[in-house]
This record gives sequence, structure tokens and C-alpha cells, in this order.
Amino acid sequence: MSTGADETDPKPVVSLAGVTKAFGAVRALRGARLDLYPGEAHALVGENGAGKSTLIKILAGLYRPDGGRIEIDGVPTAFADTAAAMNAGIAVIYQEPALFGDLTIAENLFIGRQPRVRFGLIDRPAMNRRAAALFDRLGVPMDPDRPAKGLSIADQQIVEIAKAISLDARVLVMDEPTAALSGVEVERLFSVVRALRDDGAAVLFISHRFEEVEALCQRVTVMRDGAHVSTDPMDEVTVDQLVRRMVGRELGAMFPKQDVEPGEVVLEVEGLSRAGICRDITFEVRAGEIVALAGLVGAGRSEVVQAVFGIEPRGAGRVRVAGRELPSGNPRAAMRAGVALVPEDRRQQGLLLDLSIMRNATLTRRGRLSRFGFLVGGAERRAAEKWTARLNTRYGRLTDAAGTLSGGNQQKIVLAKWLATGPRVLIVDEPTRGIDVATKAEVHRLLSSLAAEGVAVIMVSSELLEVLGMADRVLVMREGRIAGELDRSDATEEAVMLLATGRESVA
Amino acid sequence: MSTLVKSTANVPAAKTGSTALDLVLRFRALGLVIALAALIAATTAVNPRFLSAQSLRDLLFAAAITVLLACGMTVVVLTRGIDLSVGSVLGLSAYVTASALSESGAATPVAMLIGLAVGAACGALNGAVIHFGRVPPLVATLGTLYVFRGTVYFLAGGSRINASDLPRGFLDFGNGTVLGVPYLFCVALVVLAAVGVFLGRYRAGRDLYALGSNPEAARLAGIRAGRRLMTAYIVSGALAGLGGVLYAARFGTVDASAGYGLELNIVAAVVVGGVAIFGGSGTVLGAALGALLLAVINNALPVLRIDQFWQQAIVGALILAAIALDRLVSLRASRALRTKGSHVD
Repeated sequence: MSTGADETDPKPVVSLAGVTKAFGAVRALRGARLDLYPGEAHALVGENGAGKSTLIKILAGLYRPDGGRIEIDGVPTAFADTAAAMNAGIAVIYQEPALFGDLTIAENLFIGRQPRVRFGLIDRPAMNRRAAALFDRLGVPMDPDRPAKGLSIADQQIVEIAKAISLDARVLVMDEPTAALSGVEVERLFSVVRALRDDGAAVLFISHRFEEVEALCQRVTVMRDGAHVSTDPMDEVTVDQLVRRMVGRELGAMFPKQDVEPGEVVLEVEGLSRAGICRDITFEVRAGEIVALAGLVGAGRSEVVQAVFGIEPRGAGRVRVAGRELPSGNPRAAMRAGVALVPEDRRQQGLLLDLSIMRNATLTRRGRLSRFGFLVGGAERRAAEKWTARLNTRYGRLTDAAGTLSGGNQQKIVLAKWLATGPRVLIVDEPTRGIDVATKAEVHRLLSSLAAEGVAVIMVSSELLEVLGMADRVLVMREGRIAGELDRSDATEEAVMLLATGRESVA
Repeated sequence: MSTLVKSTANVPAAKTGSTALDLVLRFRALGLVIALAALIAATTAVNPRFLSAQSLRDLLFAAAITVLLACGMTVVVLTRGIDLSVGSVLGLSAYVTASALSESGAATPVAMLIGLAVGAACGALNGAVIHFGRVPPLVATLGTLYVFRGTVYFLAGGSRINASDLPRGFLDFGNGTVLGVPYLFCVALVVLAAVGVFLGRYRAGRDLYALGSNPEAARLAGIRAGRRLMTAYIVSGALAGLGGVLYAARFGTVDASAGYGLELNIVAAVVVGGVAIFGGSGTVLGAALGALLLAVINNALPVLRIDQFWQQAIVGALILAAIALDRLVSLRASRALRTKGSHVD
């Protein structure tokens, strides 16, 4: 591991210059530049589609650049595959965890480099011990011998992080590692990353949360449209400047919630309970209202909205839409009653990644687009065009697979799919997670205009600013219960945090 | 300041969730053993001679080759693949081995190695078509099933090799026993142990599970998918080749139809034995028990005077039951894990 002792003239561990990469006609990178120094955390910011992910995949050895120069310790290098990048000391934590569900957690950490005893046999006890030691270092008690199947996204991220740490990486690349972590987990991750950084590792940190970028990084690079825009020491730029460089224009109000006079009660939830998950949840939502469910990761917010929609059966309690009770555990009935749910994990629950954009966008209303049981191509296309246009979605062709879109545009397709059903109650679970600032604002504008049209909106969100900016009312959950309700005028960061943590004061 | 980052509330992390799943998985092998014992007990109750040394020996003779091939099939199925060509590979290897002994007068060990090599070469061809040609395994090996069988017909024509053309020692090996256990079954057991250790305790073996469990993650983890897939298909081919050698030694009479239709029996044994057909989980021990169970059913039903038709139906029902059980186990396991992994108690 190199040390960052030579403060006066540090040499970059990794240096990229003039890197280009095209996928067909799309030029993902056109002159990317990046220097990573030992002992320094470097933030990479930019809108989705700015080329950050492509750049990371080049660093990881997944893609080969079409042009430009990559130098490791000053030596021009071309990675043949991911193994070559790993050997060069580059560890990448991806946004979407990729674990082996059938293998144990310890095996996931050490796959391909398990400790061995004589005859090349894998030493399982030693492997489990080393894994346990890693989790101790991270401060997470996790059983190394349990299969990875069924881990929450947050726990899967922890495993990914442990894996990168176990690689003794000189360069740690993190693609929005905190998107799915709760506050404690983020703090823990940051302390580990700081320790690695202070040991001389170079860190590349990608995040849409500027306060995290400011808390962790010493230098920040802005990318736009696949090209390098600027690189500055963190303390010499402001967030406003960075945002302006990212979008290339002044940004209007980020949270344009219009004031709407709430109408009749559309959704009533009464005494909703699920064993071990949530208890005695009671609330109502009026037409034109945006109600936010706030709380820490794991407080049971997603589980509540899933029970309301009927994906999971509810143990007790009632859900009424416009006065009519919904049967338990029946999403079709909920859809018929005009409820729509945009799920948290869009890749797994929201999209069929292999199907076309058009199919995905119209999936919820095949019935109305078909005649005699056959989908009518023209009607499907027209419906898809209408909604993708309204949501300002950027794509190549409607027939491209949904998996080829960037995260923000994928989220728009999921939204389009549900908006096309003309919902009276729209439930959105983390609607802007992992999407860029400009798309975020678009999503916010859209939710606001839907509410103005009389839709009752329930928004689950971990972003406090989003909650405070968008919601007419905030329901704060803690450990499966509603800890309190705040009106828009009373909702402050501190008030929400107090309820979410159940503490007298915020540390 | 805009996120819930500041909280220091204690979030419990996932703890032990493996015990329940372990039990179910162990229970799977146990379930097969219980089914075997129950079937043997019932059959013996009807006809005590079913447990005679002679009858057991016949059973082991019958099971040896399927156990062997089931080991190879497991290796392939774990990677989300399948090898439908094993019956044809067995036929090709049996014929080549027998003709090397009878016509070319090769020494017995040399001929056996030739049979093994023929199988390995067939497996390498399968692996190459699948990996380099990017052909789905089902289609690729369905194709080579016909290609290899066609090759046997081309070589053999209408002729066949008789036991009288083969050396004494070779046939003794195929029909002899040690302590009442056929040599062939001993070979199968050695292979079973070797493949079991390979899959469980070697990096390359664990890579196969990883490939079947999540191919995309395997790519990110730098696992060399091509090399591993080639290995898997070569192992499957080589074991089918070895099966051909054993077949020739056991029966002596080899014509172009040796091993015809065997592949589906092997797939059935593997599935009944609890190897997930979508890859990533299962053990070679389970597959071997599955093969043994099918062999016992084959031998027991005539004793129980049950019609041939029912035998097929029972095997079919077993396969469906095995798949249903897999679904149930994985559903319950993932639900249990999710509950354990959730942050609310």
C-alpha cells in the first residue's frame, strides 16, 4: 500500500486522460479525465447519464475504452478483465449489489481466493474466521456461514463493502454505496472509508447526496455529457456551483410542491398490523394531498405501503379506498380500486429489464390496449409515446430493452407504467433514490402536478429535504409504528429526526 | 443535512439464519434416505428375497452407471446448464472401447483410457459450442446428442461387438465384486467422493456454484466463466465416457444403441436428488441418492408386481414432487431469512 506521506508532490495512483467510449451511436464518454491520489477521497458528481457509471466500469475492467490513456502508478495500463483490475488493487462497490444467493456470506467475500490448506482444499473455518473479523472491523454482527439469499439491500451492501475491504484495495471505487444504507450504517461506512483513506488508499466516491460528498471528500470532479467539466478542492467550491456545473444551467426551485386544497378522503388505513413488521398503523390521505412516510431504513415504511397495496397480506386492520374496503393481499383488487405502487427497487420489482420500453410502459393496462385478447401494436405504441413524452424520458427507440436506460429514465418508465392506469391513490417508494438532481426535480414536479389534479399521493422517502419540501403532512415511523404526525408547517429536520429516533435530542 | 444520516439508532443486523436452511437441506438428503429405506422395507415385506445378497448386488450393478453419470450431470446442472448428450457419449465410448479391445487388440487399460478420452473430447466439444458459440446448453447438447449417436451408427453400421470378442480380464472387471460390492459400484463411489470434494472444497468447484447462482456477479468477481464451463462439460463428458467403458465391461455386448435414452433418466435422478435445475444449489450426494432411489424403484416394482406403466408414473410423480419441494424450500427459506434479516423484531 502506498503512503500519502509526500504531501508536496503526490503522484496519482490512477490517472485517466482523454478517455472515450461509445456504445453504438451513443457516446458515453468523450474525454473523461480523473486523477486519484493516495490518501485522498475524490468525489465524482454529475447527472445520471453523465458517464460516471461507464467510467467506473472502465476502472473495474468491465469495459475497454475506445481511446485515451489509463495509468496506474504512472504506467500505461489496459485491463483485460475484472481480475486484472482487482490485481491492480482497484476494488469497486457497485450501486446494485451482486451477490451469490446460494453461497454463504463468507464465500461471497472470498470467492476465487478462499484460504486453502493442503492439496488446495478450501479452509472453511479459516474463511469464516476471516469473514467474522472483517465484520467485526465494520462493526456489523453478521453470520459468515449463512447464505446470502434473503439479505436486505443494506446488508448486501455491507457484504460488498466487506469484500472490497478484504481485497486490501489501494483504490476504492464506490458507486452510490450509501443509497440503501441507514444513518448508522452510513456513519460506520464513512469511518471505515476514512480509515482506509488515512492509510493511503485512494477513494473514488460517487453520490447524489452532497452533504455526504462534503463530509468525506477532499476533491470533487464534475462530469457532464461524458466529459470532464471541473476538478476542485472540496473547500473551494459550493454545492450551488457544483449543481450548476452538473446541469449546465441554473436550477429552479428543487421542490415545487403546489398548494392544493385537499379534497375528500380517498384512502383510509385503520389498525393495519403485520406480525413482527408493523403495528396499529392508522392514517388517511385526501385527494390532492402528498403524505410522506418518513423514518429510518427498516422502520417498516415499505412494508406498510406493500400491505396497503396488497403485495403482502395484512394480519389485521382495514384499508378503504373511497369508502370501499380492499381485500387483504390482493394487488389486482387494489389496482381496480385505483391504487398504484411504484416500488423501491426498480430493477427487481418495477421493470422487466429484458422487455422493450414500450412493453414496460404499457404493462399495467394490457387489457385496455388489446382487442380479442391480442395486443394492438399501434395502440400500445401511442400509449407509450404519450407517457414517455409527458415524463420527458430520454431513450433511443421504444423497442430498446428497458435495461439499457439510465437509472433516472428507468424510474420514469416505472412511473409512466403506473400513471397510465389513471390512479386515484399513487404510492411511491423512494421515488428519487439514485437518480440525478435534474431528474429528481422532474419527478417532484410531476408528483406535485398529479396531486394538483386530485391524486392522493403517499411518498416513502429517506431524503429529509424531499420529505420536508414535498409533503403536506409527514408521518414518521419508528420500529413498525407511527411515532407521530407533523403538518407541513411544523415539519422541520429536527422534529422528524426526533420522532424517527425516539430520542430527546438529535446527536 | 438533508437525509436521515445523522441518526445513531441501533439497527440490528442479520444474524444466524443458516440453521433452519441447513436443516432443510440436510433433511433433503435424509428424506431421500428415508424414502429409500421405506421402499426397501415395503418390498422386502412382500418378498424377503429382495434383500438377498444376489438381489442387492443386482441393484448396485444397475445403479453404478447412473450414479456415475449423475455426478457428471450435477456438475453441469449447477452452472445452470444441462448435458443431454450423455447417453450418446456413453454409447460412443462403449463402442470405441469395445472395438479397440476386439479389433485393434489394445491392452485393457489403454482401451479404457481411450474410452475416457472419447468422453472428455465429446464434453470439450459441448463446452466449446456452449461457451464460444453462445448456444444455450439445452440446444447445444440436444444437437450433440444426435451428432454423437449418428457417429456411433456410422462406426458400428449394423454390427455389434460380442462378449466373446472381449478379453477375459475386462469382463471380469465388469462383473466381479469385492466383498459383495461390484467393482463398478466401487468406481462410482470413488468418483462420487472425488466430485463431492471437488465441488465442496475446491475453488474451481465453488466457482461452479457461483456461476449458477448469479452469472453477472460471477463476471464482476472475475470468475473465468469460460474455463469453468469447459471444465464442467469435460467432467460430464469424461464421466459419461467412463460410463461407456463400464457399460462395455458389464454387458460385453455393444451395439450402436448402447445408452439410448439414458440422458433423461440421469436428469431425473439429479432433479429427484435435489439439485436445482436452475443452478447454484444441490450436492452430488443428493444426486447419487436420487439415482439410487430410481434404481431401487426399477427393481422393486416388478417384485411388488406393479405394472410397468406405474413405474413411469411414479418416477414422473417423484420428479414433480422434488421440484415442488424445491420451490417450497426456497420460498420458505427466503421468507425465513427475510424475517430474520428485517430490522423490526
